Amino acid sequence: MRIFDPHIHMTSRTTDDYQRMAAAGVRAVVEPAFWLGQPRTNPGSFTDYFDSLIGWEPFRAGQFGIRHHATIALNPKEANDPRCRPVLDLLPRYLAKDGVVAVGEIGYDSMTPAEDEVFAAQLALALDHDLPALIHTPHRDKARGTTRSLDVVKESGIDPGRVLLDHLNEVTVEAARDAGVWIGFSIYPDTKMSPDRMVAILRGYGPERVLVNSAADWGRSDPLLTVRTAEAMLAAGFGPDDVDRVLWHNPVEFYAQSGRLDLSDITGVESVFAGNSILRGGS
Amino acid sequence: MTTLDLLRRELGGDDRLAGDLRRVAEDPAAVAALFPAAGRRYGRGPLANGWTTDEAARALLLAALPPEEIREVYRYGDTNEKLAVLKALPLLPVGDSCVPLVQDALRTNDTRLVAAALGPYADHLGPPEWRQAVLKCVFMGVPLAAVHRLTERADHELAAMLAAFAHERHAAGRDLPPDAVALLDQLKEP
Repeated sequence: MRIFDPHIHMTSRTTDDYQRMAAAGVRAVVEPAFWLGQPRTNPGSFTDYFDSLIGWEPFRAGQFGIRHHATIALNPKEANDPRCRPVLDLLPRYLAKDGVVAVGEIGYDSMTPAEDEVFAAQLALALDHDLPALIHTPHRDKARGTTRSLDVVKESGIDPGRVLLDHLNEVTVEAARDAGVWIGFSIYPDTKMSPDRMVAILRGYGPERVLVNSAADWGRSDPLLTVRTAEAMLAAGFGPDDVDRVLWHNPVEFYAQSGRLDLSDITGVESVFAGNSILRGGS
Repeated sequence: MTTLDLLRRELGGDDRLAGDLRRVAEDPAAVAALFPAAGRRYGRGPLANGWTTDEAARALLLAALPPEEIREVYRYGDTNEKLAVLKALPLLPVGDSCVPLVQDALRTNDTRLVAAALGPYADHLGPPEWRQAVLKCVFMGVPLAAVHRLTERADHELAAMLAAFAHERHAAGRDLPPDAVALLDQLKEP
């Protein structure tokens, strides 16, 4: 089984996670820029973080035979802090990078006027840079946040086929599907979505334009829930082709629209570890 | 070693690059979008002398910039961009003004950047910094073949550092990489 996790915050994960992911068949990940547990207070804090997403983290992933790409944006929560806003002017530098395959995560947290402005500005950046957009739907007031996000997408003029609307659930999936965007589901231990609920959604809506991710980060989360979802699909009677479609082909197709997705020469997981500890200079 | 003129000759047929170089000469800010896109715009194929098309194009873009802008390109570069800057430094008329870039690369834990930092431009590093960098290579497992003028610059102080490191490794039941052992043997010779 090969897995593409289209949304995971590896910066917050250990090398043990990389090792377990690789052993379980995860070959490629996309790490979206987002908030950390501790709010940032200045643009430099963002650029150092972005540098890590296009520098150190792909190197670290590479030690385990996992290909790492990133999405770059000012996240909606920190869009509300005027001290962070100037990072918007620095985004074009990062959106030009080979390893950046979308603008994201953008969208809403508390649906403030500042979030409106920054969301729209970054959809315009996606158009300017010919990149797809990854949109986070809010954890609170999610249903209204989802329809409002879809309205903003429509106003922006971006092709819905180049938009991935993420963290969807039973309540929000239909509006997103009707709008023609790609639909993302984050499988979490207790909260957002579980493997069994995901299987029920796939039964109802089919695998078309569906992406499944672990969204694993610094909170209670599990980078192997993509794999558990694949197993739950098989147990529920889905065929290997459907599993491969949801957990490999769909994310590849979505992010390949950037023209920058590089999946060449990904080493077989088994051969990567042969007598090899991570080359991080800590030997 | 290659030169900017040789690289220009290699890439002479690329009209798109020629146009971009004129643009950067007129408006240095344009490099912020062009430099990262080099592989996508000009290709990544191999050239003579161990360079690739994107590396060579990046060297020419840097040559079209006022020297003080080079540090900014490095600052915002991804790993491949930083590697291309480090590789181009010995060809550029920058004196020792780009030593901080080499020092930045040597602070990383990325074996590729550490190796690239020890190319010909590392001649601008003083002996203490250079010795620490070589020892870091041994520690990280970067092949010493990456180090420019290794045998010429290696001295007794480096030998003492390597011997102490070998002692620590042996105490832990581990060995030095063969290229470090060979260097140490060579330095011990009277």
